Amino acid sequence: MGDTVTKKKKLKISVDHNLEERTIKRIEVNAEVSGKKPVGKINFAELRAGGFIKQRQKDKFTVRLKCPGGSMTLDRLKKIVEAVEQFGGGQLHLSTRQSMEILHVDYHNFGPLVEMLKESSQEVASCGPRVRVPNACGGCSYNPNGITDTQKMAETVNEKFFGMRTNHKFKMSFSGCPHDCIHAASADLGLIGAVWPVWEEASCTGCTICASACTEGAIESHPETGKPVFDADKCLYCDDCVRACPTSSWTAGKSGHNLRVGGHHGRHPVNSTIAARFLSDEEAEAAIGATIAWYQKAGEGKGRIRLGNLLMQEGQMESYLEALTEAIGPEKLAEDIQRPHKITIRR
Amino acid sequence: MAELAADKFIDISGEVCPMSFVLTKLALDELEDGQVLELICQAGDPVRNISIQLKDEGHMIVSVKKEADGNFRLKIKKNG
Ligand code: SF4
Ligand code: SF4
Ligand code: SF4
Repeated sequence: MGDTVTKKKKLKISVDHNLEERTIKRIEVNAEVSGKKPVGKINFAELRAGGFIKQRQKDKFTVRLKCPGGSMTLDRLKKIVEAVEQFGGGQLHLSTRQSMEILHVDYHNFGPLVEMLKESSQEVASCGPRVRVPNACGGCSYNPNGITDTQKMAETVNEKFFGMRTNHKFKMSFSGCPHDCIHAASADLGLIGAVWPVWEEASCTGCTICASACTEGAIESHPETGKPVFDADKCLYCDDCVRACPTSSWTAGKSGHNLRVGGHHGRHPVNSTIAARFLSDEEAEAAIGATIAWYQKAGEGKGRIRLGNLLMQEGQMESYLEALTEAIGPEKLAEDIQRPHKITIRR
Repeated sequence: MAELAADKFIDISGEVCPMSFVLTKLALDELEDGQVLELICQAGDPVRNISIQLKDEGHMIVSVKKEADGNFRLKIKKNG
């Protein structure tokens, strides 16, 4: 261990968790502490991946569980209840990012707790500077406003990218429509379901329902014909006109995920910026992969810096957009892309 | 759009969601497929939500008229 520390210092690696993890991965011990009985092996590599958070109480930890998109099966839930009964303090907490957390776990019990949860494929989530479990709203699987399948996205994205090392925490959130219930606009990477509405005059009866349906004022009814007069600049891509029109005169010209990057909350909140529009599921995945890869590379030697703060630095947005274009092509890039910007809060 | 005769009529212009939806659905429950419900509802959110919800559930809005007082008169064909 002493060796490693010196090496780290010499190399001056600002993102040192990689090195640290590689070293610790090999150590497996039988936890034997005076006055406590041995409780099997503790796998330090597993601990390092995060998800075990020290509490105020002596020896007690909160164990954060992986729940992509906030979904939970009955099988897993039953196993979690069993684990709480045996190793927890009789209490669960729902984290602000949709994870179930088992409270008051004595660290001597980490080994058997993890083994028990594995019986129902329940895994422990992460914390620290890495890709976290993605959040998602109900999306189109049951929410009537949903345009995209956010739940499926959360699951596939979690499988592909969970736990990857990044300079700082990397949080993703997926909303099924512009209501953005899951706050994708303040995530490091957010996807928001969107529809570009297209109108066909021939089938339109001039009933004016679409003007009632549009809460953005993007559709006014023509005073004589009742037919829609569309103001594209006000459209928020919500799909309401398409869903409300009795004659299907409004249809979805384009639909998919709008990509937002660089947001976060916290002490110095940053509002994300829109980078691309109407991505398919596959394009969205490619964009996520490209964003993480760019973040890892551009962040080299820059220490704990969030994606948004990196993108705000001179020249970085341009470099990021090049990488994004390589992954998804130029057609779907948003028009007039801004940098993420700080939200001013009063102290 | 050819005018269809209504098989049932409700006035829900005093209601908002979720009552507007529940009353519309209860009225539709009394009809056979293909029969027509005529209803009056408020402009704004009620007509917006009713239109979206009925379309989502497979019914067809066959006629829409704006009343002098600003309310909407809809004719809905059950599972149309
Ligand atoms: S963001 Fe849209 S789809 Fe998702 S829960 Fe909110 S309203 Fe429903
Ligand atoms: S998609 Fe939404 S915001 Fe755009 S015109 Fe239709 S109802 Fe209005
Ligand atoms: S809701 Fe449809 S039919 Fe009615 S005015 Fe709008 S486009 Fe025309």
